[in-house]
Amino acid sequence: MKLDNLLWRFLRRESSKDVAKNRLKLVLIQDRMGIEPETMEILKKDLIALLSRYFEISKVGLQMDLHREDESIALVANVPITSMKIRPDAQAS
Amino acid sequence: MGKAFVVTSGKGGVGKTTVTANLGTALSVLGKTVVVIDADIGLRNLDIVMGLESRVVYTSMDVIQGNCDLKKALVKDRRSENLHLLAASQKDDKTSIQPEQMRKICMELKEEYDFVLIDSPAGIEQGFQNAAAGADAAVVVTTPDVAAVRDADRIIGLLQQRDLNDISLIINRLDQAMVKRGDMMDQEDVVDILSVRLIGVIPEDDAVVVSSNRGLPLALEPNAMAARAFKRVAQRLLGEEIPIPEFREPNWFTGLIQRLLNS
Ligand SMILES: Nc1ncnc2c1ncn2[C@@H]1O[C@H](COP(=O)(O)OP(=O)(O)OP(=O)(O)O)[C@@H](O)[C@H]1O
Ligand SMILES: [Mg+2]
Repeated sequence: MKLDNLLWRFLRRESSKDVAKNRLKLVLIQDRMGIEPETMEILKKDLIALLSRYFEISKVGLQMDLHREDESIALVANVPITSMKIRPDAQAS
Repeated sequence: MGKAFVVTSGKGGVGKTTVTANLGTALSVLGKTVVVIDADIGLRNLDIVMGLESRVVYTSMDVIQGNCDLKKALVKDRRSENLHLLAASQKDDKTSIQPEQMRKICMELKEEYDFVLIDSPAGIEQGFQNAAAGADAAVVVTTPDVAAVRDADRIIGLLQQRDLNDISLIINRLDQAMVKRGDMMDQEDVVDILSVRLIGVIPEDDAVVVSSNRGLPLALEPNAMAARAFKRVAQRLLGEEIPIPEFREPNWFTGLIQRLLNS
């Protein structure tokens, strides 16, 4: 890569084509799986309900996304736990 | 027995008709017999882009309705003996043709011609389904922008659902200067996302518009960048191994010369 180009990219931080590429990769994961954003929301609620039986969860920092790693897709969730429930109010399932 | 390709994209206006006309012409210049079919019924374009609008007498609709036989409906290109057009009816719409009828036309044409190129309408509805019905392979056209690439991915999925797995990608309207600035995805980016075989990159080129103004597809313009790109696509379709030129940044020397020439 030429120097002026490097400098250019450096000054502009992320190039718009990189933004484009990353956004496309993310949206295509959903498109390809046929997962609508609403479905993700429902999944999120279900997961929160399930985990809440065991932990006190902070919903503020909660993140849940599908990520593509090479050929596979992973569901990556980041769930901040404020405290452990002493006895899980688990129901028989 | 020839081979039928559907030229498709999902998103409108990315260059399907341009690719069909120019690839058809380039293949015929290389000695192949070619029929291009306009499957955009009700919004026909291929005839005017190829400069054949005044010669169209019959359309695929007439063939289907039995008003004339297939041979008679084909319009010969002005410059090439090997190139014919089957025009679309302008007064009907996409629902007036059934996939089975398109398949039959393609089968018949493949018996006599080396290549059948089908110009699909935009979208994923019946027009696309009809265009794809008789195809053995697909040429997916996209431009290097987020909306077109997303739609191309959708079309690729739909083609695979129909068991059309012989899919080639053409990236159209690549603007080298924008790529260099980091403001346009390049061929690597697009292929990385779509994971299909790339058979050509067509640069953004004013000559494309000029040629459709004149109704003379580009293949005979040796100086236009896009014309050379279409020729290479045709050669690759014929099985020649031609590396896709990288629109690489000039090194300091050629860069200097370019700068001197431009100033
Ligand atoms: N490589 C190129 N450089 C410059 N202009 C181009 C290029 N390719 C296509 N164009 C122009 O873009 C416009 C749209 O192209 P075209 O009609 O081939 O798209 P299309 O995909 O067939 O559209 P539709 O979906 O409406 O059928 C035309 O005016 C054409 O001349
Ligand atoms: Mg068109």
